[in-house]
Amino acid sequence: MTGDTTLERQATAAPDVPAIELKGISKAFGPVQANKDISIRVMPGTIHGIIGENGAGKSTLMSILYGFYKADKGEIWINGSRTEIPDSQAAIAAGIGMVFQHFKLVENFTVLENIILGAEDGRLLKPSLAKARRTLLELAEDYGLNVDPDALVQDIGVGMQQRVEILKALYRQADILILDEPTGVLTPAEADQLFRILGRLRSEGKTIILITHKLREIMETTDTVSVMRRGEMTATVRTQDTSPQELAELMVGRKVLLRVDKTPADPGEVVLDIKGLKVIDDKGVERLRGIDLQVRAGEVLGIAGVAGNGQSELLEVLGGYEDGTGEVRLNGQLLDLTGRHSDGQSRRARGIAHVPEDRQREGLIMEYQAWENTAFGYHHDPEYRAGVLMNNAAIRSDTAEKMERFDVRPPNPKLAAKNFSGGNQQKIVLAREIERNPDLLLIGQPTRGVDIGAIEFIHQQIVALRDQGKAILLVSVELEEILALSDRIAVMFDGRVMGERMPDQTDEKELGLLMAGITDTNAPHSVEEIERNLAHAPGDASKEV
Amino acid sequence: MDYLTLIQLLDSTVRLATPLLLACLAGLFSERAGIFDIGLEGKMLAAAFFSAALAAITGNVWLGLLAGIGASLALSALHGVASITFRGNQLISGVAINFLAAGMTVLIAQDWFQQGGRTPSLMAGGRFEGITLPGAEAIADVPFFGPLYAELISGHSILVYMALAAVPLTWWLLYRTRFGLRLRAVGENPASVDTAGISVVGLRYAAVAICGVLCGIAGAYLSTALQAGFVKDMSAGRGFIALAALIFAKWRPWYALWATLLFGLFGALETRPDVIEAVIGMRVQGQLLGALPYVMTVIILAGFVGKAVPPRAGGEPYIKER
Repeated sequence: MTGDTTLERQATAAPDVPAIELKGISKAFGPVQANKDISIRVMPGTIHGIIGENGAGKSTLMSILYGFYKADKGEIWINGSRTEIPDSQAAIAAGIGMVFQHFKLVENFTVLENIILGAEDGRLLKPSLAKARRTLLELAEDYGLNVDPDALVQDIGVGMQQRVEILKALYRQADILILDEPTGVLTPAEADQLFRILGRLRSEGKTIILITHKLREIMETTDTVSVMRRGEMTATVRTQDTSPQELAELMVGRKVLLRVDKTPADPGEVVLDIKGLKVIDDKGVERLRGIDLQVRAGEVLGIAGVAGNGQSELLEVLGGYEDGTGEVRLNGQLLDLTGRHSDGQSRRARGIAHVPEDRQREGLIMEYQAWENTAFGYHHDPEYRAGVLMNNAAIRSDTAEKMERFDVRPPNPKLAAKNFSGGNQQKIVLAREIERNPDLLLIGQPTRGVDIGAIEFIHQQIVALRDQGKAILLVSVELEEILALSDRIAVMFDGRVMGERMPDQTDEKELGLLMAGITDTNAPHSVEEIERNLAHAPGDASKEV
Repeated sequence: MDYLTLIQLLDSTVRLATPLLLACLAGLFSERAGIFDIGLEGKMLAAAFFSAALAAITGNVWLGLLAGIGASLALSALHGVASITFRGNQLISGVAINFLAAGMTVLIAQDWFQQGGRTPSLMAGGRFEGITLPGAEAIADVPFFGPLYAELISGHSILVYMALAAVPLTWWLLYRTRFGLRLRAVGENPASVDTAGISVVGLRYAAVAICGVLCGIAGAYLSTALQAGFVKDMSAGRGFIALAALIFAKWRPWYALWATLLFGLFGALETRPDVIEAVIGMRVQGQLLGALPYVMTVIILAGFVGKAVPPRAGGEPYIKER
């Protein structure tokens, strides 16, 4: 950043004047009150976290600050003076930059072109690009934000794209940076890097607002944290004076079990028996390189691993929409891994239920109503049929009952899937799969993008199913979830099972090493090697976007 | 085939390629901004009629050109309101414009001139005449270069030269100016433009307006330069061939020139079966050549000749969301 803007900011913003102050902001969308009389003070040179469940109104509040929505009531004060922000242009002029959860970049433009878009210096591009190139070099030096200015955005990784977004804001001389769920698409290594950059920005005097629903990020990076619940700001506390438990409680308004209440497992017969399972993808890459696993009745087998190490392929081949080779037995009977009896229909007929990793693409049709989604895969069932037609009334009433039992809100079978929050969408999928009384439940990322209240409910359902004597294969990239739910843990790396551990005899550190491809037998490895292993693991971030 | 025949064939290629080129560039501006426009055909037709009508009434071809551009712009505005302001389906709006133009031109023509849906034939002054470039007559007799200059390069109407000049101008506008950068961005990811504080709606209207102007010139060329007056459905699918050329050209200005020249050559060959017979020794149905642009477009779309990636946000109305 150029020297004179820094001086200006210091001149206008005394340390006790908030960089941002919102007073009594209210915003309603129809009957829904997204923000209710919200007031907040963000001090300059701090990282201020805003945490809350999905749908708590965090993003609405920030959209008001960035000029995307207009508040019904309330005032915005920037650096001590009242500011109207009718559009994004005004927000940019007020020194606010925003990094959206889904990047707003033009994929086939270069980094440089993306950075100057909308902030060009004149009608011709050449001088603007030259100036941006110089400024970019300075910014890279000041904040450690290195990017290749001439690379096409589509050719660089997600973490790098996020840097471009941050650079875009800095190039517009933003002093206040808002990041909306910035780690949602990042690998853990990339996230750490991001937090280092944020620390650097803070030390250079920038004010940062971090919106997230991840408690860990709040605890590790912020100076102050505000908690939102159902459109209201419930508390603002200094991060060092609070604890994850307290924040979780403030978010949901009641005590939350971060640990799952469950009795020791009582495993029975082997339900799923996998021997030498291999999957080769369309490009000829071996994604599963010979998996051996067993899941018994009445136990949860958790598969841990960095995303992209074959867990998805494992679920897909077992769920019946990826071909494989090897031997898979269900209750002693061989399963077809290729051919016409290896589809989802036959798998369900054999008693395998599947809650896929990406519920919005594989679990639901977002445009379809809840009752239609509930029938998918089970629409041939006698109770859903009336001759050659579907018995819509029966499906609807059945869906209504399921929604009641699974606490889906709102419990309206005629609402399109896209209109439910992430947690409630997951409950709809879960209700459809669990209620069929399967022998084996395959469940991938059960709580990704799901708020804390729903996480608790979903975990309880999984444990309850286990207690009924069902076998459960759980895939999750959240190590905490794996540790909390599993009766046995298998760690996957690069298409192989690196080892199995019992949850009470291991810890995150040991599992972390296994996830990085390191076992005792090849023990003496350097930190660099671990990081290289992690970096080489093909991430599934692109899938998620 | 002798040299003079070749020159004649190429001369005819240039004349037939001109309306395609103008329409293709028109479509390029619109589609690069994310607005698909299958209404090029209708806009050309409307422009062709109003140009000829005004030229016939006033005897001034320049007033005719203005009227043509005006008519095309009006239809562009309609497309803009439907697909940008009201976020309607761009294909439906385009189809509607094509039908509207096909019907209304004949109806108004009959009402104004009572000549069975045509305009009167345009006399001198009501048409764009060929311009003889300086020195064309002097060197016409020089071997090789003489005919090339006098017959092929010289002697076209002003609109032909305008169309050719539009190619580098479009390239410069798209790749060397702020407007071009924003225009391309809005067709790829309108959210990036919106969050940068620039009006998506404004940019898209600007693009659609440029499209209207170029289509208007293309239509005026048909009825006041290529031919002398308006007849029913005289655009004859050129708007669609221009769209095919746009895909063929991968939405790039210079490629658009080559693509439309190629398609113009097919058109020229269609009228000269004797040339084909002389060159390849057998008769080829004219209709076959007429279909070639479409066949080639299908081949392009199937990915045989590199990949044609349309603007990513093309056809999608922009709805602001977080």
